[in-house]
Amino acid sequence: MSEAPDNLKYAESHEWVQVDDGVATIGISDHAQDALGDLVFVEVPEVGATFDAGDAAAVVESVKAASDVYSPVSGEVIAVNEALADAPELINDEPYGEGWIMRIRMTDDDELDNLMDAEAYAARVTDDD
Amino acid sequence: MPKQTPLYDRHAAKGAKFVDFAGWDMPIAYGSQLDEHHAVREKAGVFDVSHMTAVDIEGAEAVAFMRKLLANDVAKLKKPGKALYTCMLQEDGGIIDDLICYRMRDDWFRVVVNAGTTDKDVAWMQQQVEGFDAAVTARPELCILAVQGPFAREICDPLLGKAAEAAAELKPFTAVAEGPWFVGRTGYTGEDGFEIITDAEHALKLWGGLMDAHVVPIGLGARDTLRLEAGMNLYGQDMDESVSPLACGLEWTVSMADETRDFNGRAALEAQKAAGDAPVFIGVVLEGRGVMRAHQKVLAESGDGELTSGGFSPTMQASIGLARLPPGELGKVTVEIRGREVPARVVTPPFVRNGDVLV
Repeated sequence: MSEAPDNLKYAESHEWVQVDDGVATIGISDHAQDALGDLVFVEVPEVGATFDAGDAAAVVESVKAASDVYSPVSGEVIAVNEALADAPELINDEPYGEGWIMRIRMTDDDELDNLMDAEAYAARVTDDD
Repeated sequence: MPKQTPLYDRHAAKGAKFVDFAGWDMPIAYGSQLDEHHAVREKAGVFDVSHMTAVDIEGAEAVAFMRKLLANDVAKLKKPGKALYTCMLQEDGGIIDDLICYRMRDDWFRVVVNAGTTDKDVAWMQQQVEGFDAAVTARPELCILAVQGPFAREICDPLLGKAAEAAAELKPFTAVAEGPWFVGRTGYTGEDGFEIITDAEHALKLWGGLMDAHVVPIGLGARDTLRLEAGMNLYGQDMDESVSPLACGLEWTVSMADETRDFNGRAALEAQKAAGDAPVFIGVVLEGRGVMRAHQKVLAESGDGELTSGGFSPTMQASIGLARLPPGELGKVTVEIRGREVPARVVTPPFVRNGDVLV
């Protein structure tokens, strides 16, 4: 059974978001990393890049397949997790911690309303299984 | 409803994730696919490949039939139990399947065919055997366990009952049949080990013994990365009925030596060789970042080609692949990965053998 912490918001496409003072930290869910299998390569965006909600912003590649990571919110990338270049497995080991992918300064706080809370996401993932 | 091997419950008990493979519910991985890969390179792992099928060819004219059916020549197999790797070809040289062929006696051969091609293979063999004093019998009731890795043989030894002594003596690419056990020193990983064919009852016992000996169960995911590192082709991916052995790096498995041997596909292959325009089949190691995948475009001086296999090599910690390209000088080679052109180094497979990186 995969985990989905209560303090995060979740996208249909399996990203999580934690918002702190207008900055969204984004990663992929425990369910997503488990489905992908061992990650071997992560392509993070450049700092300064801007995305609309729903844009492909990063790529995670596992032993099995490549998968886009969509930004759940609009805004500018202000930080990326450089550690993933050498240790993509951080996403497998700690999807909600050291395995974060990018931080985006949000331009529209209302977009958070389009995301699921942990309970809704857990239900969505159970439907998947 | 997908088929299940007799070991299905054992896989489930080990936490396997299952995937539909050629109509079979097979374990893709039990936990980390990378850990499974390393276990085979460093210690030992066991694969349930009972979805593949053993087929027996028996009869007074078995030798003559196999020399007609297969592109490699079973006349090379001088001692009982010797095996070879070969393609089974259509008349136009296209590959029906690739298989291991064991010559157990002059009147008994055993081949192991791929799961996805079993039905058409057996139908083809039944049709081709007409006129020979020989019979083709599929043995779907038999299980196949591959135990692979540097410690695989010594771990298996006490678990093989009456076959143990003979198994311990086996040279590479040789098999022995003893009671319920058929043990071949063959595999699909580039490591030493056995492929063991037996009935469900003995397969379950062997599986239990291997688990007690802490042999790691390995899913189809790691099976693919292991075979790719070993530079071994995968049927349906690197080759199929539209591809000749000359176009997928398997010319070495085609035996033209005996000019009087008129095997299926011979005339077509001779014409292809005379034309000299067969594609080249190469190994590639990605030099930039990313992971190559099958069907991505490969760009070279001789023209555009395609990756037939691609993935991540856990042993090399780099992306590796097999590619088919137009003949000619290749020059600098790049691979188009998700819109980026990434440089790749051309190598001759295998990439890894017996735990060592060779490229």
